[in-house]
Amino acid sequence: MSHRLATGGRLIDRSRTMEFSFNGKALSGFAGDTLAAALLGAGQTLVGRSFKYHRPRGIVASGAEEPNALVGMGEGQRFEPNQRTTTTELFSGLKAISQNHWPSLDFDIGAINAKLWRFFPAGFYYKMFIHPRPFWKWVYEPIVRQSAGLGKAPHPETRDADRYEQIYAFCDVLVAGGGIAGLTAARAAADAGQKVILVEQNAHWGGRAVVDGAEVDGQPADAWVDATLAHLNGLANVTVLNRTMVSGVYDHGYALAYQRVADHQPGADMPRHRLWRIRAGEIVNAAGAIERPLSFAGNDLPGVMLAAAVRDYVVNWGVTPGRRVVVVTNNDDAYRTALALHAAGVTVAAVVDARKEATGDLPARVRAAGIRVAEDTAIRHVEGGKAVTGVALCRFESDGGAVSETIACDAVAMSGGWSPVVHLWSHCGGKLTWDDARAMFRPDPNRPPLNQDGQGFVRCVGAANGDLDDADEAPMQPVWMMPAQAGYLLRAKMWLDPQNDVKVSDVQLAAKEGYESVEHTKRYTTLGMATDQGKLSNINGLAILSDALGQPIPQTGTTTFRPPYTPISLGVIAGEARGEIFQPLRKTPMHDWHESHGVHWEPVGHWRRPYCYPRNGESHAHAVSREITQVRKSVGLLDASTLGKLVVKGPDAGRFVDMLYTNIMSTLPVGKCRYGLMCNENGFLSDDGVVARLSEDTWLCHTTSGGADRIHAWMEDWLQCEWWDWKVHVVNLTEQFAQIAVVGPDARKVLEKLGGMDVSRENFAFMDWREGKLGGFDARAFRISFSGELSYEIAVPASQGQAFWNRLMEAGAEFGMMPYGTEALHVMRAEKGFIMIGDETDGTVIPQDLGLNWAISKKKTDFLGKRGMEREAMVSPDRWKLVGLETLDGSVLGDGALAPLPGKNDNGQSLTQGRVTSTYFSPTLGKGIAMGLVHRGPDRMGEVIEFQTETGGRVAARIVDPCFYDKAGDKQNV
Amino acid sequence: MLLLTCPCCGVTAEETEFANGGEAHLKRFGPGSTDAEYEAYMFARKNPRGVHFERWRHAFGCGKWFLMARDTMTLEVYGAYPAQTIEPPAEIQARIKSRRPEWEGYK
Repeated sequence: MSHRLATGGRLIDRSRTMEFSFNGKALSGFAGDTLAAALLGAGQTLVGRSFKYHRPRGIVASGAEEPNALVGMGEGQRFEPNQRTTTTELFSGLKAISQNHWPSLDFDIGAINAKLWRFFPAGFYYKMFIHPRPFWKWVYEPIVRQSAGLGKAPHPETRDADRYEQIYAFCDVLVAGGGIAGLTAARAAADAGQKVILVEQNAHWGGRAVVDGAEVDGQPADAWVDATLAHLNGLANVTVLNRTMVSGVYDHGYALAYQRVADHQPGADMPRHRLWRIRAGEIVNAAGAIERPLSFAGNDLPGVMLAAAVRDYVVNWGVTPGRRVVVVTNNDDAYRTALALHAAGVTVAAVVDARKEATGDLPARVRAAGIRVAEDTAIRHVEGGKAVTGVALCRFESDGGAVSETIACDAVAMSGGWSPVVHLWSHCGGKLTWDDARAMFRPDPNRPPLNQDGQGFVRCVGAANGDLDDADEAPMQPVWMMPAQAGYLLRAKMWLDPQNDVKVSDVQLAAKEGYESVEHTKRYTTLGMATDQGKLSNINGLAILSDALGQPIPQTGTTTFRPPYTPISLGVIAGEARGEIFQPLRKTPMHDWHESHGVHWEPVGHWRRPYCYPRNGESHAHAVSREITQVRKSVGLLDASTLGKLVVKGPDAGRFVDMLYTNIMSTLPVGKCRYGLMCNENGFLSDDGVVARLSEDTWLCHTTSGGADRIHAWMEDWLQCEWWDWKVHVVNLTEQFAQIAVVGPDARKVLEKLGGMDVSRENFAFMDWREGKLGGFDARAFRISFSGELSYEIAVPASQGQAFWNRLMEAGAEFGMMPYGTEALHVMRAEKGFIMIGDETDGTVIPQDLGLNWAISKKKTDFLGKRGMEREAMVSPDRWKLVGLETLDGSVLGDGALAPLPGKNDNGQSLTQGRVTSTYFSPTLGKGIAMGLVHRGPDRMGEVIEFQTETGGRVAARIVDPCFYDKAGDKQNV
Repeated sequence: MLLLTCPCCGVTAEETEFANGGEAHLKRFGPGSTDAEYEAYMFARKNPRGVHFERWRHAFGCGKWFLMARDTMTLEVYGAYPAQTIEPPAEIQARIKSRRPEWEGYK
């Protein structure tokens, strides 16, 4: 059983005990422990259950590569599933729970799956759930959804209590990894005067060398690391970060580094995680190497660990996985584990070596320590249930039919060789080469990822480069299966991916079934698709696949390495962009007034626009109705400042606006306004608005609120890239002006009270604009109407918007002046049959569909969209066209409701003949009104068709003219 | 995320500061063009694995459009030049040729 040793542990402080809980059980560890070390130290070897078979799982590794020991951490707003115990630093009060079991970790119903393993082969889900088809929806999916997923996601309404931040950084050299190789590279770059960022994913430095007691430059590794760090920390051109992992390398030297700032000190007044967004000239990958497991039957039992991880636990944390350990290996390095255990007073029952003979220096030292070495031997299987009780051995070159002996033990340390951590090299396209002698993929220095200048920008050093510092070791021997000719029953117990329960037999079955591509095999078997992304399993899996396919490993190749290296929190990806500051908010000059007058906001692009202004507990519908009634009866105010205001000026401006708009704008007299449509080159309606000619060479183009920036960019595109010889200048003045619409039969009376500008019918006619003083304000007024009422839209400098608004409210008080919002605006424009971009248009609608032929010039030889409108499908009489819709019962049609027809189309979908594009209750008319696009609609006036209702019923509506109110336009032209 | 340099203002900035505008050096076909010409102008876009000429705009910078030759496979940038250019400048074509001898040339 695992336990804490009486002495040792270079990272722990035995004077500081830390209490924590695991599944509610009170345990304790020491400062400096990882949660994994503390659990092992407390004798907790069983820490979870596997995904598919619910097999008991223990800790395998000591770092980020851990596939098994994932737990749920924290509670409530701080609960997080799938946290790696091996990278979690222990703190007092830590609460962890194990995952994927029911009802308890020790007794799990789902473990029955393990007894049924024969019925869960590779590709089980694909094979099982395909027939009968209806079963998927009603039987399989609900069951799969219930039992799928590792760990439990927090409730969707839970809000993360912690804060996160992002930081931008720039450097000449980013070094990922704080072992000897990384520190050496960082020091070299720093001493050469380069700006360096050095990051290490752990809290501690030095990598393997400090654990294995190596010497560097004639010094003990520990002392060398301390001195080098001190040197680097003293340099102004170096940023040193621990607990920080380079999670991904992206184009042109961009990298993300994930700093776990406060995970180890919850409650501290600092962000929990910080995401470094680094642009580096060069990235040095010094991420080291990861030890590979060996595939033998029962290699997934709690107590079977990686040999180097065992060494880490003994040396770093004074913890041993067992009292009697068997080491199994195909290389010399694992002998260090035997020596470390022996030095710590733990019994090493035997070193089982697959090689014909173990004659190197390390085996000699192990033998000298009195430890037995069994050459040409394999573990046939591990004995035990929830913990290791022994191993049965056999000859390595055999099928495992004959057990040579059984050794009692409570832990197994295994080593199948090392794989360089090439992720950061490969994320952005660095290629690999196969090293036959060490049986590993290593970076191919001739094929690095390239930067913008076509130069390689990632360099690998140390073990990450495949430089394993193994000159004094005898060659390893590739072992992909143990024993070498293991029979099926053994292979079906050899785990490749312990988290996803993928075994040697599964990969072999996939190959037999025709899966030749490693990418397909991965997805079919789910090998390497668990949260550890196959850090331990991928190479072993593709070696098995290669063997099954009878081809060399490099021909099979690897799966794609994708960021992040290990999972990073969603919180840090969001950073500070949450809640109020999720995105920038655009405010009109009257924003605060609306806010203080009970506004209900509607988001429009980045703007907030008043939807309505409910009074004293009024419902929104009621408020909208009140606002409309006031405007139709007397006068109201609309904040129209968000409307786009683009000034187009220059000798060729007339020619330019004629290309942009479907109608002729160049002939518009100075002092006049004209409504215009803009289309894209497909002929589809893109934006609309009123254009005013300000002077001989100047047009002011109003766009929709959401369209200002897009249309500005659209204009710039044509001016810069197509008609670059035209002398035209465009300026976006949207935010320079506050624009207020004074609307209603009493609008003129209000403005007359302000005085200064002749607003009479005779001198300021409908579709005119005038500039001058209004109540002492510099104003430009447009007599345009989107409501059908007498209306003046008045622009004043933004800084005077609020004062002017106040003045209008005062002047209108005697008429019951009130502000109205966008919903009232929408209803009134719909009563008039005016279209709204985004309601009546959806990117496939041409102006002709909306009965706007009058706004399309027949004289112009060219305008944007003209050619597109000439296409066969656009001139077809079978298009859906705009009509008004009136339900027979006066009810309000559903937004977007479809008008179904009997029959189905080729895709089996119901045929339709139209849909609702705008629908409202009209307080003016006292009934529902709607507009919609209907097949040949205008030819079918008076016809009654049916629309779907939200509850699945049908409602009959008559096709009518889209203008429901003042068709002649008398009210706006008074 | 690419690191791009605007040839108009000279600023080197993150890709997010720029907006991609698709294939460069297209000829507009408006009224009077055949269906085939119009279709090619509107919809037939190159999508090469390798050398590509693109329109970009320094949207959150100087606002200028420019053209750029870059490699969609290796992400190497061969050069950027003003939008008011009919075909890729000779020096950029030469640079591409030197970096990618197998390149079949512009068009």
